[in-house]
Amino acid sequence: MPKTATKPGRARSRKKSTDAGIQEVPIRVNVNGKAYAVSVEPRLLLVELLREHLDLTGTHVGCDTTYCGACTVLMNGKTVKSCTLFAVQADGAEIMTVEGLARDGELHSIQKAFGDCHGLQCGYCTPGLMMSTYQLLLSNPQPNESEIRKAIAGNTCRCTGYQNIFKAIRVAAEKAKGAQHGDQVFR
Amino acid sequence: MFPRAFQYHRAGSLKEATTMLAQLGDEAKLLAGGQSLIPLMKLRFANPKHLVDLNFIPGVAYIKEDKNTLRFGALTRHSDIENSVAAARIAVLHDCAAGIADVQIRNRGTIGGSLAEADPSGDWAVVLSTLETTVRCVGPQGERTIPLSQFITDAYTTLLAKDEVVREVIVKLPPPGSGGAYIAFKRAAPVYPTASAAVHLVMNNDICQEAAISLGCVGLTFTKASEAETALRGRSVNEKTIQGASEAARSAADPQPDMRGSAEYKRTLVAALVRRAIEVALRRAQGKRCEVSHLYA
Repeated sequence: MPKTATKPGRARSRKKSTDAGIQEVPIRVNVNGKAYAVSVEPRLLLVELLREHLDLTGTHVGCDTTYCGACTVLMNGKTVKSCTLFAVQADGAEIMTVEGLARDGELHSIQKAFGDCHGLQCGYCTPGLMMSTYQLLLSNPQPNESEIRKAIAGNTCRCTGYQNIFKAIRVAAEKAKGAQHGDQVFR
Repeated sequence: MFPRAFQYHRAGSLKEATTMLAQLGDEAKLLAGGQSLIPLMKLRFANPKHLVDLNFIPGVAYIKEDKNTLRFGALTRHSDIENSVAAARIAVLHDCAAGIADVQIRNRGTIGGSLAEADPSGDWAVVLSTLETTVRCVGPQGERTIPLSQFITDAYTTLLAKDEVVREVIVKLPPPGSGGAYIAFKRAAPVYPTASAAVHLVMNNDICQEAAISLGCVGLTFTKASEAETALRGRSVNEKTIQGASEAARSAADPQPDMRGSAEYKRTLVAALVRRAIEVALRRAQGKRCEVSHLYA
């Protein structure tokens, strides 16, 4: 059943969207392994599609100006800031959000490491940081300190001072070490 | 934040994109990586009525070695260049690609988009202007190839006609005995630099045969520091000549004061960046491996 996402954002349309002038583009996206067929207004941002229309609210909107990285998700295996991408651009893409990390109620090793190491305080930036960590460890399971810092340079945390985040990533990397290079499902 | 409503058009080829631009007129814009355009649209500084999306065109993102050149498809992402073995043949290209903003932005932003945007703070134009770079463009009338030095004419302004798009960026491989470096000074990863410097040297034993020095963020376009180049050309590169080049770069800079610093601060900064970039370029020209990374405030 195609779901229709008409107006951008929270102000979902009161009237039906078939009004003249509003373009709608049908798109297909696969999010965390689940296929969606939706119809979107071109200016709808990917993060709003995820949060407001697919009810995947794990991905956060922080600065909304391409700075803070709270909205980071994976598109076709690469991190993007989902506040800086139109949903229509994700047509045919595979998206992975923070909700895609845990499997069968079991937290991903990255999630466990952030918890164990106190790699978060308020938690607002955490979904983005975990997705950046995920991409880092997929491509480089044994990152050095400088590589870790570069990998999360696009994610801002205003609570922790980052030290426990670095610690969490090092612990997650220890777990990832056993996984094969490029293994899509390291747990 | 949402941009004004616009009509979305998905181009299947660059040729089709030029046709769309010709038909849609002045209020159409191209969407490449979108890492500058989408924020501008969200802030409503840019309100195009039509967007022509280039991201679904097959075969426009590639890095090819061809005779003595490296060819970059217009939609090649910064991260592709960062991780490319072919592009690493010119170390300064890696310096640039690996230092632009952050991982997420590099995964989207494109080399063609960066040049066509011609932001005075953009990184690529500064670096590519120290190499022999041409920009291959395609329009309804056909193709033309423009040297980068002529391609960017002013802040946010290029020679591209309204219905023309960048197809390819072509960089000539520098001769043996040459080396380059690019260093930017940034307050944080995702922002534009406060100032930056790119240097390319061709050395013959201890003598600098050819020098190219460009400055970023201190003018309306990248700034060619011709007198700084003259200070090195035909001479040995030592403390005295480096000092001369650095001082000449300070004079060439014409920065605007803004939240990133006063004009005087930026002139002092760019002079120091030129000095460091020359030192790295020299070591690379001598065949030494030398990692360089941007400086953070």
